[in-house]
Amino acid sequence: MKTEDLVAFLSTNTEPVDRRATTRKLSLALAAGIAVALVIAPVALGVRPDLITARALVFLVVKLAFAIAIVAGAWIYLVRLARPGGEQKVSSFPIAVPFLAIVLLAAIGLWFEPTSHWDKMILGDQWLECLLSIPTIAIVPFAGAIWAMRQAAPTNLVRAGAFAGLAGGAVSAIGYTLHCTDDSLPFIAVWYGGTIVLCTLAGAALGPRLLRW
Amino acid sequence: MTTTETELKALMLTSLSGDATAHRALLDGLSRRLRAYYKSRLARFGRGTIEAEDLVQEAVLAIHLKRHTYDPAEPLTAWVHAIARYKLIDFLRRTRKSISDVPIEEADSVMAHDDNVDVESTFDLRQLMQRLPVKMRCPIQAVKLEGRSVAEAARLCSISESAVKVNIHRGLKALAVLIARETPS
Repeated sequence: MKTEDLVAFLSTNTEPVDRRATTRKLSLALAAGIAVALVIAPVALGVRPDLITARALVFLVVKLAFAIAIVAGAWIYLVRLARPGGEQKVSSFPIAVPFLAIVLLAAIGLWFEPTSHWDKMILGDQWLECLLSIPTIAIVPFAGAIWAMRQAAPTNLVRAGAFAGLAGGAVSAIGYTLHCTDDSLPFIAVWYGGTIVLCTLAGAALGPRLLRW
Repeated sequence: MTTTETELKALMLTSLSGDATAHRALLDGLSRRLRAYYKSRLARFGRGTIEAEDLVQEAVLAIHLKRHTYDPAEPLTAWVHAIARYKLIDFLRRTRKSISDVPIEEADSVMAHDDNVDVESTFDLRQLMQRLPVKMRCPIQAVKLEGRSVAEAARLCSISESAVKVNIHRGLKALAVLIARETPS
Protein backbone atom coordinates (compact mmCIF):
# COMPACT_ATOMS: atom_id res chain seq x y z
CA MET A 1 0.00 0.00 0.00
CA LYS A 2 1.22 3.50 -0.79
CA THR A 3 1.17 6.00 2.04
CA GLU A 4 -0.91 8.43 -0.01
CA ASP A 5 -3.62 5.77 -0.30
CA LEU A 6 -3.62 5.38 3.47
CA VAL A 7 -3.79 9.17 3.88
CA ALA A 8 -6.72 9.36 1.45
CA PHE A 9 -8.44 6.49 3.27
CA LEU A 10 -8.02 8.14 6.68
CA SER A 11 -9.09 11.58 5.42
CA THR A 12 -12.37 10.47 3.88
CA ASN A 13 -15.31 11.76 5.92
CA THR A 14 -13.43 12.72 9.08
CA GLU A 15 -15.32 13.70 12.20
CA PRO A 16 -14.57 16.65 14.50
CA VAL A 17 -12.41 15.58 17.42
CA ASP A 18 -13.11 16.18 21.11
CA ARG A 19 -9.84 17.61 22.42
CA ARG A 20 -10.98 17.55 26.04
CA ALA A 21 -11.69 13.82 25.97
CA THR A 22 -8.39 12.84 27.62
CA THR A 23 -8.78 15.08 30.65
CA ARG A 24 -12.46 14.22 30.97
CA LYS A 25 -11.90 10.47 30.87
CA LEU A 26 -9.12 10.65 33.46
CA SER A 27 -11.30 12.73 35.78
CA LEU A 28 -14.20 10.36 35.25
CA ALA A 29 -12.03 7.32 35.95
CA LEU A 30 -10.65 8.75 39.21
CA ALA A 31 -14.06 10.01 40.38
CA ALA A 32 -15.64 6.63 39.68
CA GLY A 33 -12.72 4.94 41.44
CA ILE A 34 -13.24 7.08 44.55
CA ALA A 35 -16.98 6.29 44.55
CA VAL A 36 -16.28 2.56 44.25
CA ALA A 37 -13.60 2.61 46.96
CA LEU A 38 -15.94 4.47 49.32
CA VAL A 39 -18.49 1.69 48.82
CA ILE A 40 -16.22 -1.39 48.77
CA ALA A 41 -14.25 -0.61 51.92
CA PRO A 42 -17.25 -0.06 54.25
CA VAL A 43 -19.23 -2.94 52.70
CA ALA A 44 -16.42 -5.48 52.69
CA LEU A 45 -14.63 -4.41 55.88
CA GLY A 46 -17.20 -2.34 57.79
CA VAL A 47 -17.13 1.28 58.97
CA ARG A 48 -15.12 1.94 62.12
CA PRO A 49 -17.59 2.03 65.06
CA ASP A 50 -16.16 5.18 66.66
CA LEU A 51 -16.22 7.21 63.44
CA ILE A 52 -17.95 10.26 64.92
CA THR A 53 -15.75 10.69 67.99
CA ALA A 54 -13.46 13.74 67.92
CA ARG A 55 -10.20 11.78 67.97
CA ALA A 56 -11.31 9.49 65.16
CA LEU A 57 -12.42 12.46 63.07
CA VAL A 58 -9.10 14.26 63.49
CA PHE A 59 -7.20 11.22 62.21
CA LEU A 60 -9.77 10.65 59.48
CA VAL A 61 -9.06 14.17 58.25
CA VAL A 62 -5.27 13.60 58.35
CA LYS A 63 -5.56 10.32 56.44
CA LEU A 64 -7.93 11.83 53.90
CA ALA A 65 -5.76 14.93 53.42
CA PHE A 66 -2.75 12.67 52.74
CA ALA A 67 -4.63 10.45 50.28
CA ILE A 68 -6.48 13.29 48.52
CA ALA A 69 -3.27 15.30 48.07
CA ILE A 70 -1.75 12.29 46.32
CA VAL A 71 -4.81 11.66 44.14
CA ALA A 72 -4.87 15.32 43.08
CA GLY A 73 -1.15 15.27 42.31
CA ALA A 74 -1.43 11.98 40.41
CA TRP A 75 -4.30 13.38 38.35
CA ILE A 76 -2.20 16.38 37.27
CA TYR A 77 0.67 14.10 36.27
CA LEU A 78 -1.58 11.65 34.44
CA VAL A 79 -3.14 14.44 32.39
CA ARG A 80 0.35 15.43 31.22
CA LEU A 81 1.73 11.92 30.79
CA ALA A 82 -1.32 10.99 28.68
CA ARG A 83 -0.03 13.15 25.82
CA PRO A 84 2.90 12.22 23.56
CA GLY A 85 6.08 13.81 24.89
CA GLY A 86 4.30 14.88 28.09
CA GLU A 87 6.94 13.17 30.24
CA GLN A 88 9.52 15.71 29.10
CA LYS A 89 7.63 18.50 30.79
CA VAL A 90 7.24 17.03 34.27
CA SER A 91 9.62 16.57 37.13
CA SER A 92 8.45 13.80 39.43
CA PHE A 93 9.65 15.48 42.60
CA PRO A 94 6.53 17.45 43.68
CA ILE A 95 4.54 14.23 44.08
CA ALA A 96 6.94 13.23 46.87
CA VAL A 97 5.81 16.21 48.98
CA PRO A 98 2.80 14.52 50.66
CA PHE A 99 5.02 11.51 51.48
CA LEU A 100 7.79 13.67 52.92
CA ALA A 101 5.22 15.65 54.92
CA ILE A 102 3.69 12.54 56.51
CA VAL A 103 7.11 11.05 57.28
CA LEU A 104 8.14 14.32 58.90
CA LEU A 105 4.94 14.44 60.98
CA ALA A 106 5.45 10.79 61.96
CA ALA A 107 9.02 11.50 63.06
CA ILE A 108 7.84 14.44 65.16
CA GLY A 109 5.12 12.23 66.65
CA LEU A 110 7.65 9.57 67.62
CA TRP A 111 10.03 12.17 69.05
CA PHE A 112 7.51 13.14 71.72
CA GLU A 113 6.71 9.58 72.77
CA PRO A 114 8.80 7.17 74.82
CA THR A 115 10.40 4.44 72.74
CA SER A 116 8.31 1.83 74.55
CA HIS A 117 5.25 3.18 72.69
CA TRP A 118 6.88 3.09 69.27
CA ASP A 119 5.94 -0.51 68.45
CA LYS A 120 2.29 0.15 69.07
CA MET A 121 2.39 3.47 67.19
CA ILE A 122 4.03 2.00 64.11
CA LEU A 123 2.35 -1.38 63.93
CA GLY A 124 -1.08 -0.39 65.28
CA ASP A 125 -3.63 -3.20 65.57
CA GLN A 126 -4.24 -3.89 61.92
CA TRP A 127 -1.06 -3.30 59.93
CA LEU A 128 -1.47 -6.55 58.03
CA GLU A 129 -5.06 -5.76 57.11
CA CYS A 130 -3.99 -2.32 55.88
CA LEU A 131 -1.13 -3.85 53.90
CA LEU A 132 -3.52 -6.24 52.15
CA SER A 133 -6.63 -4.06 51.82
CA ILE A 134 -5.22 -0.95 50.15
CA PRO A 135 -3.53 -2.77 47.25
CA THR A 136 -6.53 -5.08 46.80
CA ILE A 137 -9.10 -2.29 46.65
CA ALA A 138 -6.65 -0.32 44.46
CA ILE A 139 -7.15 -2.79 41.61
CA VAL A 140 -10.47 -1.12 40.69
CA PRO A 141 -9.29 2.54 40.48
CA PHE A 142 -6.03 1.38 38.88
CA ALA A 143 -8.00 -0.38 36.15
CA GLY A 144 -10.00 2.83 35.63
CA ALA A 145 -6.88 4.97 35.30
CA ILE A 146 -5.35 2.48 32.87
CA TRP A 147 -8.56 2.47 30.82
CA ALA A 148 -8.41 6.27 30.53
CA MET A 149 -4.69 6.26 29.69
CA ARG A 150 -5.22 3.64 26.99
CA GLN A 151 -7.55 6.02 25.15
CA ALA A 152 -4.74 8.57 25.18
CA ALA A 153 -1.15 8.25 23.93
CA PRO A 154 1.45 8.08 26.72
CA THR A 155 5.00 7.75 25.39
CA ASN A 156 6.66 6.86 28.68
CA LEU A 157 4.80 3.74 29.70
CA VAL A 158 6.75 3.05 32.91
CA ARG A 159 6.00 6.47 34.32
CA ALA A 160 2.42 6.51 33.07
CA GLY A 161 1.89 3.10 34.70
CA ALA A 162 3.55 4.25 37.93
CA PHE A 163 1.25 7.26 38.22
CA ALA A 164 -1.79 5.12 37.43
CA GLY A 165 -0.67 2.83 40.28
CA LEU A 166 -0.09 5.79 42.57
CA ALA A 167 -3.57 7.13 41.83
CA GLY A 168 -5.07 3.66 42.35
CA GLY A 169 -3.36 3.21 45.72
CA ALA A 170 -4.32 6.66 47.00
CA VAL A 171 -7.93 6.35 45.81
CA SER A 172 -8.12 2.99 47.58
CA ALA A 173 -6.70 4.57 50.76
CA ILE A 174 -9.53 7.15 50.68
CA GLY A 175 -12.03 4.30 50.99
CA TYR A 176 -9.97 2.42 53.57
CA THR A 177 -9.89 5.44 55.93
CA LEU A 178 -13.57 4.79 56.75
CA HIS A 179 -12.66 1.38 58.19
CA CYS A 180 -9.17 1.83 59.62
CA THR A 181 -9.04 2.33 63.41
CA ASP A 182 -5.29 2.79 63.71
CA ASP A 183 -4.85 6.42 64.66
CA SER A 184 -1.20 7.36 64.73
CA LEU A 185 0.97 9.37 62.37
CA PRO A 186 3.74 6.73 62.14
CA PHE A 187 1.10 4.13 61.20
CA ILE A 188 -0.21 6.36 58.41
CA ALA A 189 3.30 7.07 57.17
CA VAL A 190 4.39 3.43 57.09
CA TRP A 191 1.26 1.54 56.12
CA TYR A 192 -0.66 4.09 54.05
CA GLY A 193 2.47 5.61 52.52
CA GLY A 194 4.15 2.21 52.09
CA THR A 195 1.22 0.46 50.42
CA ILE A 196 0.66 3.40 48.07
CA VAL A 197 4.34 3.23 47.08
CA LEU A 198 3.87 -0.50 46.54
CA CYS A 199 0.95 0.19 44.20
CA THR A 200 3.12 2.71 42.35
CA LEU A 201 5.86 0.13 41.80
CA ALA A 202 3.32 -2.44 40.61
CA GLY A 203 1.92 0.16 38.18
CA ALA A 204 5.40 0.94 36.86
CA ALA A 205 6.01 -2.76 36.25
CA LEU A 206 2.65 -3.28 34.51
CA GLY A 207 2.64 -0.01 32.52
CA PRO A 208 4.63 -1.14 29.48
CA ARG A 209 2.41 -4.21 29.07
CA LEU A 210 -0.95 -2.54 29.71
CA LEU A 211 -0.45 0.81 28.00
CA ARG A 212 1.31 -0.10 24.75
CA TRP A 213 -0.30 1.34 21.62
CA MET B 1 11.14 25.09 10.49
CA THR B 2 9.05 27.91 11.95
CA THR B 3 6.98 28.22 8.77
CA THR B 4 6.53 24.48 8.74
CA GLU B 5 5.43 24.50 12.36
CA THR B 6 3.02 27.36 11.77
CA GLU B 7 1.57 25.86 8.59
CA LEU B 8 1.21 22.35 9.93
CA LYS B 9 -0.22 23.54 13.22
CA ALA B 10 -2.84 25.60 11.39
CA LEU B 11 -3.75 22.51 9.35
CA MET B 12 -3.93 20.43 12.53
CA LEU B 13 -6.30 22.85 14.24
CA THR B 14 -8.57 22.97 11.19
CA SER B 15 -8.40 19.20 10.86
CA LEU B 16 -9.39 18.72 14.52
CA SER B 17 -12.61 20.63 13.86
CA GLY B 18 -13.53 17.98 11.28
CA ASP B 19 -12.17 19.45 8.01
CA ALA B 20 -11.26 16.52 5.74
CA THR B 21 -9.23 18.61 3.26
CA ALA B 22 -7.04 20.02 6.02
CA HIS B 23 -6.69 16.55 7.52
CA ARG B 24 -5.51 15.17 4.21
CA ALA B 25 -3.03 18.01 3.69
CA LEU B 26 -1.76 17.54 7.23
CA LEU B 27 -1.24 13.77 6.97
CA ASP B 28 0.33 14.22 3.54
CA GLY B 29 2.76 16.86 4.82
CA LEU B 30 3.60 14.84 7.91
CA SER B 31 4.10 11.60 6.00
CA ARG B 32 6.80 13.25 3.85
CA ARG B 33 8.61 14.31 6.98
CA LEU B 34 8.15 10.96 8.69
CA ARG B 35 9.61 9.25 5.63
CA ALA B 36 12.82 11.30 5.86
CA TYR B 37 12.98 10.74 9.61
CA TYR B 38 12.53 6.96 9.51
CA LYS B 39 14.82 6.47 6.52
CA SER B 40 17.67 8.24 8.24
CA ARG B 41 17.07 6.44 11.54
CA LEU B 42 16.66 2.97 10.05
CA ALA B 43 19.72 3.40 7.83
CA ARG B 44 21.81 3.07 11.00
CA PHE B 45 20.37 -0.38 11.59
CA GLY B 46 20.80 -1.47 8.00
CA ARG B 47 17.06 -1.36 7.42
CA GLY B 48 15.65 -0.35 4.07
CA THR B 49 13.18 1.95 2.44
CA ILE B 50 10.27 -0.47 2.64
CA GLU B 51 10.57 -0.90 6.39
CA ALA B 52 10.77 2.88 6.69
CA GLU B 53 7.53 3.09 4.71
CA ASP B 54 5.90 0.54 7.05
CA LEU B 55 6.84 2.77 9.96
CA VAL B 56 5.61 5.90 8.17
CA GLN B 57 2.22 4.27 7.81
CA GLU B 58 2.15 3.05 11.38
CA ALA B 59 2.94 6.57 12.56
CA VAL B 60 0.38 8.18 10.22
CA LEU B 61 -2.28 5.82 11.55
CA ALA B 62 -1.22 6.57 15.13
CA ILE B 63 -1.34 10.33 14.48
CA HIS B 64 -4.82 9.92 13.04
CA LEU B 65 -6.08 7.77 15.92
CA LYS B 66 -4.46 9.82 18.67
CA ARG B 67 -5.04 13.31 17.28
CA HIS B 68 -7.35 14.13 20.19
CA THR B 69 -4.29 14.09 22.47
CA TYR B 70 -2.74 17.12 20.78
CA ASP B 71 -2.70 20.16 23.06
CA PRO B 72 -2.82 23.36 20.93
CA ALA B 73 -0.82 25.18 23.63
CA GLU B 74 2.19 23.04 22.62
CA PRO B 75 4.14 23.02 19.33
CA LEU B 76 2.88 20.43 16.87
CA THR B 77 6.46 19.46 15.99
CA ALA B 78 7.13 18.21 19.52
CA TRP B 79 3.92 16.17 19.56
CA VAL B 80 4.63 14.56 16.17
CA HIS B 81 8.23 13.88 17.14
CA ALA B 82 7.18 12.15 20.37
CA ILE B 83 4.84 9.84 18.44
CA ALA B 84 7.40 9.20 15.68
CA ARG B 85 10.09 8.31 18.19
CA TYR B 86 7.73 6.16 20.28
CA LYS B 87 6.82 4.16 17.17
CA LEU B 88 10.49 3.85 16.18
CA ILE B 89 11.47 2.48 19.58
CA ASP B 90 8.45 0.16 19.59
CA PHE B 91 9.43 -1.10 16.14
CA LEU B 92 13.05 -1.71 17.13
CA ARG B 93 11.97 -3.50 20.30
CA ARG B 94 9.52 -5.63 18.37
CA THR B 95 12.12 -6.56 15.81
CA ARG B 96 14.61 -7.27 18.59
CA LYS B 97 17.12 -4.61 17.74
CA SER B 98 18.97 -2.74 20.40
CA ILE B 99 17.33 0.52 21.35
CA SER B 100 20.35 1.83 23.18
CA ASP B 101 21.56 3.04 19.80
CA VAL B 102 18.67 5.46 19.40
CA PRO B 103 20.31 8.81 20.09
CA ILE B 104 18.79 11.73 21.90
CA GLU B 105 17.23 13.96 19.27
CA GLU B 106 15.94 17.43 18.75
CA ALA B 107 12.24 17.61 17.91
CA ASP B 108 13.16 19.43 14.67
CA SER B 109 14.75 16.26 13.36
CA VAL B 110 11.27 15.11 12.42
CA MET B 111 10.81 18.04 10.05
CA ALA B 112 13.03 17.22 7.06
CA HIS B 113 11.29 16.23 3.79
CA ASP B 114 11.33 13.06 1.73
CA ASP B 115 8.90 13.21 -1.17
CA ASN B 116 9.52 9.76 -2.56
CA VAL B 117 5.82 8.85 -2.48
CA ASP B 118 5.98 5.83 -4.77
CA VAL B 119 7.33 3.41 -2.20
CA GLU B 120 4.85 0.76 -1.15
CA SER B 121 4.71 -0.61 2.37
CA THR B 122 4.30 -4.32 3.02
CA PHE B 123 0.70 -3.82 4.15
CA ASP B 124 -2.32 -4.44 1.99
CA LEU B 125 -5.19 -2.42 3.39
CA ARG B 126 -7.95 -4.41 1.70
CA GLN B 127 -6.43 -7.69 2.78
CA LEU B 128 -6.06 -6.49 6.38
CA MET B 129 -9.67 -5.28 6.29
CA GLN B 130 -10.83 -8.84 5.59
CA ARG B 131 -9.55 -9.79 9.03
CA LEU B 132 -11.78 -7.28 10.81
CA PRO B 133 -15.14 -8.40 12.18
CA VAL B 134 -17.95 -7.54 9.78
CA LYS B 135 -19.54 -4.93 12.08
CA MET B 136 -16.30 -2.90 11.77
CA ARG B 137 -15.52 -3.78 8.17
CA CYS B 138 -18.92 -2.76 6.81
CA PRO B 139 -18.93 0.87 8.08
CA ILE B 140 -15.22 1.37 7.24
CA GLN B 141 -15.82 0.07 3.73
CA ALA B 142 -18.82 2.36 3.27
CA VAL B 143 -17.50 5.56 4.85
CA LYS B 144 -13.75 5.43 4.37
CA LEU B 145 -13.38 3.55 1.08
CA GLU B 146 -16.60 4.38 -0.76
CA GLY B 147 -16.97 7.86 0.72
CA ARG B 148 -20.59 7.40 1.82
CA SER B 149 -22.11 9.49 4.60
CA VAL B 150 -22.49 8.13 8.12
CA ALA B 151 -26.28 8.02 7.66
CA GLU B 152 -25.97 5.96 4.48
CA ALA B 153 -23.50 3.62 6.13
CA ALA B 154 -25.87 3.15 9.06
CA ARG B 155 -28.62 2.05 6.67
CA LEU B 156 -26.29 -0.12 4.62
CA CYS B 157 -24.82 -1.94 7.62
CA SER B 158 -28.11 -1.85 9.58
CA ILE B 159 -26.59 -0.30 12.68
CA SER B 160 -27.16 3.11 14.30
CA GLU B 161 -25.22 6.20 13.23
CA SER B 162 -23.35 6.36 16.52
CA ALA B 163 -22.45 2.67 16.13
CA VAL B 164 -21.04 3.51 12.69
CA LYS B 165 -18.72 6.13 14.21
CA VAL B 166 -17.69 3.93 17.15
CA ASN B 167 -17.05 0.90 14.94
CA ILE B 168 -15.01 2.91 12.44
CA HIS B 169 -12.80 4.12 15.29
CA ARG B 170 -12.49 0.62 16.78
CA GLY B 171 -11.84 -0.84 13.35
CA LEU B 172 -9.01 1.60 12.65
CA LYS B 173 -7.51 0.77 16.04
CA ALA B 174 -7.75 -2.93 15.20
CA LEU B 175 -6.05 -2.22 11.85
CA ALA B 176 -3.24 -0.43 13.69
CA VAL B 177 -2.74 -3.53 15.86
CA LEU B 178 -2.77 -5.81 12.79
CA ILE B 179 -0.22 -3.57 11.06
CA ALA B 180 2.08 -3.64 14.07
CA ARG B 181 1.83 -7.42 14.16
CA GLU B 182 2.40 -7.78 10.40
CA THR B 183 5.73 -5.96 10.44
CA PRO B 184 8.33 -8.49 9.29
CA SER B 185 10.95 -9.06 11.95
